[in-house]
Amino acid sequence: MNQTKDYWDLIIVPRKSFFSFKLKEIWEYRDLLEMFIKRDIVTFYKQTILGPIWFFIQPIFTTIIFMFVFGGLAGIPTDGIPQALFYLSGITLWNYFSDSLTKTSDTFFTNQAIFGKVYFPRIIAPLSTTISGLIKMFIQFGVFIVVYIFFFVKGVKIAPNWYALLFPILILILVGLSLGFGIIISSLTTKYRDLKFLLAFAVQLWMYATPVIYPLSVMEGSYKKYIWIIQANPLTSVMETFKYGFLGQGTFSWLALGYSGIFTIILVLVGILIFNKIESNFMDII
Amino acid sequence: MEPIIEIENLSKLYRLGTIGTGTLSHDLKRWWTVKVRSKEDPYLKIGQINDRTTKALSDYVLALHDINLKIETGEVLGIIGRNGAGKSTLLKILSRITSPTTGYVKIKGRIASLLEVGTGFHPEMTGRENIYMNGSIMGMKKAEITRKLDEIVDFAGILRYVDMPVKRYSSCMTVRLGFAIAAYLEPEILVVDEVLAVGDAEFQKKAVGKMKDVSTNYGRTVLFVSHNLGVVKELCNKGILLNNGQIEFEGSVEKVIDKYLNEGEKESDPTKRCILKKFGIQIISIHKKQNGNLTESAFFNEEFSISILCERISDNHLITDIVIQIINEFGQKVTSINSAEEGLKSSIFHGLFRLELGTSSINLFPGRYTINLMFVSSIVTEMIENIDSFEILPKQINYSGWSYNSNHGIARVFDEFKIVTDNLFEKKY
Repeated sequence: MNQTKDYWDLIIVPRKSFFSFKLKEIWEYRDLLEMFIKRDIVTFYKQTILGPIWFFIQPIFTTIIFMFVFGGLAGIPTDGIPQALFYLSGITLWNYFSDSLTKTSDTFFTNQAIFGKVYFPRIIAPLSTTISGLIKMFIQFGVFIVVYIFFFVKGVKIAPNWYALLFPILILILVGLSLGFGIIISSLTTKYRDLKFLLAFAVQLWMYATPVIYPLSVMEGSYKKYIWIIQANPLTSVMETFKYGFLGQGTFSWLALGYSGIFTIILVLVGILIFNKIESNFMDII
Repeated sequence: MEPIIEIENLSKLYRLGTIGTGTLSHDLKRWWTVKVRSKEDPYLKIGQINDRTTKALSDYVLALHDINLKIETGEVLGIIGRNGAGKSTLLKILSRITSPTTGYVKIKGRIASLLEVGTGFHPEMTGRENIYMNGSIMGMKKAEITRKLDEIVDFAGILRYVDMPVKRYSSCMTVRLGFAIAAYLEPEILVVDEVLAVGDAEFQKKAVGKMKDVSTNYGRTVLFVSHNLGVVKELCNKGILLNNGQIEFEGSVEKVIDKYLNEGEKESDPTKRCILKKFGIQIISIHKKQNGNLTESAFFNEEFSISILCERISDNHLITDIVIQIINEFGQKVTSINSAEEGLKSSIFHGLFRLELGTSSINLFPGRYTINLMFVSSIVTEMIENIDSFEILPKQINYSGWSYNSNHGIARVFDEFKIVTDNLFEKKY
């Protein structure tokens, strides 16, 4: 009898211990995660005429502009890869990253209403955003494949290799990076709102610090002094591995990819810790 | 009985005002003293009792102060108190939306809250999709929702609209759906905060019935916050009265409501003395009474009286008429009573005098009312608006399960309502 008397399902205390990832709780709420992802997908199509067509239009137009500005006017080389393919591969990955980063960094603001009324592990919200963003990414990847086949049939020299099979790992790293950075920023923006403006600016600059519009080999040639900035960027190896695997150009090293992988794991864990700490009190701050 | 919820030494500290510049340094300072030098949080000491009538001396305020409470299984607890007494903060801590500053809460079983209209409804999604969505937000499993879907749709009465986007629903339908989901989730503890005020009468009746059913037949615990004392009285078997973040009184729901209503006595403000200059009349005090108790809020359809004590300092005008007007929250003059029309003589008005009006049943529909006082002589008229106010609380007539509200008009005028059947009429028909 004494045992049942002292058994409590839930104990609410002021401060939870700092090192709790609450992974078990996230697993218990997996149905909610599924519902959130479904909501994002379902509501995207509703009341738009062109629906998913928008997913195609965006990368195609960006590619055309990039071809004109960076390839044409600035004359940045693409390592002998057709410009369309080179830019499209960069844009597909970069768009996913920047979209989910911007969205997840807004988690507490966009979900204010619902967070203020019901409890569930808050991490579910940014997690679902990064996962549902993958759908858009895969559609854009489809565009890439179509253009890829077009050039392949035309006989342009592109040499895919087995490293293309690393694609799922690249996606995992991208998901982890955008989630990790996103939740850290969202935790901080609840208190210091300036970060929101800083982020928009930083994401723009970040693209130039990532080999999206130029190959890493260009940096190795003429700006060797600054290459460490690019190499420290965990996104660099993702971009380069993708291009190396699918297009046969660029650089690949297990070391660089391993660095990105470890960076991602640490980032996500730290992110969850900070996020969990903020979530218990953010309603009083916001 | 074993407690299902145990609250001990629960306090919640809030910082007043907005976050401005210097917050970072402020945070660092606090972090330095508490974490690094491991001293007691300096701001916790400054935190005062949350009394809205006095201006806060520090930036910190205790919304809840040392709450100790045990709630037992199957109890329906009504939480009442003035605005800002800490009711919502308490519920927010219980439903884990915010965390307490000190103390702890222990809970057995699942706790689900039904807080406001359409929590987490997505307007673009259909009713069915939203049931799944909302159910999983509240911690239900998918299979569990599928099992309950028909019952939920049926209870909410939205069968025809279940595959329509929720943005096409009326606000009433949204509330009904929200309530139905929470009620059928079958949590061990259900938290209900001011929701029932929104639905129509038919739904309110259903919802109150369902909550009673949930507590008596299934032994579940309900925490209920409402300003509608009539419903609290009917639904709850125990109550707590919160005042300035502290439990002022705990006991049977009738006693708690009595205590709450009697607080009006303490509240009556001595500074609220008004002077009618032209007539040289000072209003000394105003008392509103129901069933012998001083009160700020009175039940509909029960005895009610107002008495205004005045003093005439000079008599430069012969008062021919005294008018007391009652104004509703929309600024409409609901009724007035005139001394001349009531046949009162003017000779009685000098020195101290008391204006007394009363009724055996106050039939103004529930809402907030203000009082205007006007004196009239043959040459001047002087009026003070809003000398005082009172509230009429809903009450059911003949245990009907329904109560009048401000949508029904201004006042209940007829005393009798019968349904008479006429056999001749039936034959003809």
